[in-house]
Amino acid sequence: MSKYTEEDLKVELENKEYEYGFYTDIESETFPIGLNEDIVRAISKKKEEPEWMTDWRIEAFRAWQEMIEPEWANVHYDKPDFQAISYYSAPKKVDPNKTLDDVDPELLAMYKKLGISLDEQKKMNNIAMDIVVDSVSVATTFKKTLGEKGIIFCPISEAIKEHPELVRKYLGTVVPQKDNFYAALNSAVFSDGSFCYIPKGVRCPMELSTYFRINQAGTGQFERTLVIADEGSYVSYLEGCTAPSRDENQLHAAVVELIALDDAEIKYSTVQNWYPGNKEGKGGVFNFVTKRGLCEKNAKISWTQVETGSAVTWKYPSCVLKGDNSVGEFYSIAVTNNFQQADTGTKMVHLGKNTKSTIISKGISAGKSQNSYRGLVQIGARAENARNFSQCDSLLMGNNCGAHTFPYIESKNSTAKIEHEATTSKIGEDQVFYCNQRGIPTEKAIALIVNGFSKDVLNKLPMEFAVEAQKLLEISLEGSVG
Amino acid sequence: MLSIKNLHASVEDKEILKGINLEVKAGEVHAIMGPNGAGKSTLSSIIAGNENYEVTEGEILLEGEDISELAPEERAHKGVFLSFQYPVEIPGVSVTNFMKTAINESRKANGKEEMPANEMLKLIREKSELLEIDRKFLSRSLNEGFSGGEKKRNEIFQMAMLEPKLAILDETDSGLDIDALRIVANGVNKLKSENNAVLVITHYQRLLDYIIPDFVHVLMDGKIVKSGGKELALELEERGYDWIKQEQEA
Repeated sequence: MSKYTEEDLKVELENKEYEYGFYTDIESETFPIGLNEDIVRAISKKKEEPEWMTDWRIEAFRAWQEMIEPEWANVHYDKPDFQAISYYSAPKKVDPNKTLDDVDPELLAMYKKLGISLDEQKKMNNIAMDIVVDSVSVATTFKKTLGEKGIIFCPISEAIKEHPELVRKYLGTVVPQKDNFYAALNSAVFSDGSFCYIPKGVRCPMELSTYFRINQAGTGQFERTLVIADEGSYVSYLEGCTAPSRDENQLHAAVVELIALDDAEIKYSTVQNWYPGNKEGKGGVFNFVTKRGLCEKNAKISWTQVETGSAVTWKYPSCVLKGDNSVGEFYSIAVTNNFQQADTGTKMVHLGKNTKSTIISKGISAGKSQNSYRGLVQIGARAENARNFSQCDSLLMGNNCGAHTFPYIESKNSTAKIEHEATTSKIGEDQVFYCNQRGIPTEKAIALIVNGFSKDVLNKLPMEFAVEAQKLLEISLEGSVG
Repeated sequence: MLSIKNLHASVEDKEILKGINLEVKAGEVHAIMGPNGAGKSTLSSIIAGNENYEVTEGEILLEGEDISELAPEERAHKGVFLSFQYPVEIPGVSVTNFMKTAINESRKANGKEEMPANEMLKLIREKSELLEIDRKFLSRSLNEGFSGGEKKRNEIFQMAMLEPKLAILDETDSGLDIDALRIVANGVNKLKSENNAVLVITHYQRLLDYIIPDFVHVLMDGKIVKSGGKELALELEERGYDWIKQEQEA
């Protein structure tokens, strides 16, 4: 008899290792732990940055010292000791003139484990890719093809040197240095990240993609991404994240700034699968991220995220709808299992007339996890005829997890129309039995039900990402019903 | 095909089935009738493997093999199909996607390759025509916002797709208007063959005007108390169940 019960499934799930939990033995150059002005200067010097950049970092660092870590999120954790982290770690063999052939074979092997073969990516998916391991960007493909259209896609460290006029003009304009505790920290110590500029009227012919990976122990990752879509341009940008399994918590504090000038459109998709910690809640990445986009006239920014990893997530990809007729969208699937905690959502700030925003959030909680949606819809006094639609759905598995919704609405204009819908449901035994009766085993049935629940958001992802996301959902949730 | 021997079952320590014996041969249609609370739906759930019920005694044999300890999906893989009295909704999962998953899981369990997409499409076209189903209907979320009739027709569509050896129709006539009833019954009749069997569980005789049973059994208080041919259904329709009760007590 091979009766496979939910209990068996639970056991199997608990024993399932984090698939990306390998550590690659690459020779790294890592700074001593701790943070002070000297370290900030050292990072800047290491990156051969111009003086204005060093000053900008120092300004951020001084502000950060005066700030306190926020505590309003619905998450509980031991605060990281910021003096026990190393703020710079780089795979040693980095040559600024590298091509793909020059990349450390160990690194290439690592990408293979991650399921990304650069060659394949190049040929099959038409994706230009930048990969950031620990703190340094190691491979940017497709540069030439993009260059012909005037598109700049490179590590931000390179952009600071080669396109200072663009970086200086836009860096910190959407997320100022002093925006919040983690943004200030990031501004002081960020070591790399991606930079992207799409010239006027250009439609980027391929998906741009960055893959982030924390590899070294005891390091933090502070990447900085800046995407500028000039007037009438279009770009779709993908971001993926993984980290090795470690007992201690690793810190990830990124900042992403998007700037969509008049009539431009940016689509930004994330599949975040940082190590979530083990089943007892030990280890895992602290993911404290500030993501914000600015829309000028008739511009549009869409954030789509699939969040399955991290021990603690604190993340609110937002849109400032400054220009008239601009559009902001936020589509999110956040999955928490075991002891994971997520406090995620968005802010839609309507400043211009006829601005429109849509929020679709799908939270899935299993195990002993806590999953919170936190969203702010703010309508400014000038924002005539602003519209917002929000839908927050929560799916619970089992009796030990929690789902929370914190919607905030502030309207200073009486012509605004704001709609909010929220539902909470549980995967029912009757649903599972129905699937079983049709020959679908419990594990597969849950995947099917979860995928159905998440469909509205999965549909927003670029095709090849949607497949990866679907697989991730299955891995994260197998056997969590009960 | 199906052989049930001395089946006792209970839910939360309350005995509902008290020794059922039933023989269904390939090519036969059996009807199980009985008053509310007699255990009709319990019987269908137990054959399908619903774990909320505990089999305390007896056995359920499908083609000679005891299936009473198998998981519900394993029974499905062996050809047991239950048309639910209350089909559940699965939001966001289309009928097509659901059927594709179900068929391929069964094929996988039986050591077969996945069904090629073109074959799947052909099968869907064929079976939806058989049941007069609008193809647009197949891209809707499973049972979500379906009318009672649509739900039941969808159950029979699934049956047609899965081609089971033993089909159990649990109160399939409830919630159907006369046209839908005719379509559903026609579908079942067309699917009937020498190699499969149908167990119709129903309250009323009217479905049996369309799906003609070879045998009719009366289930009362957890036992089959009377069996006969199709004329028994007509008699029940006319006289109700009380006379059987009295016969029993006599």
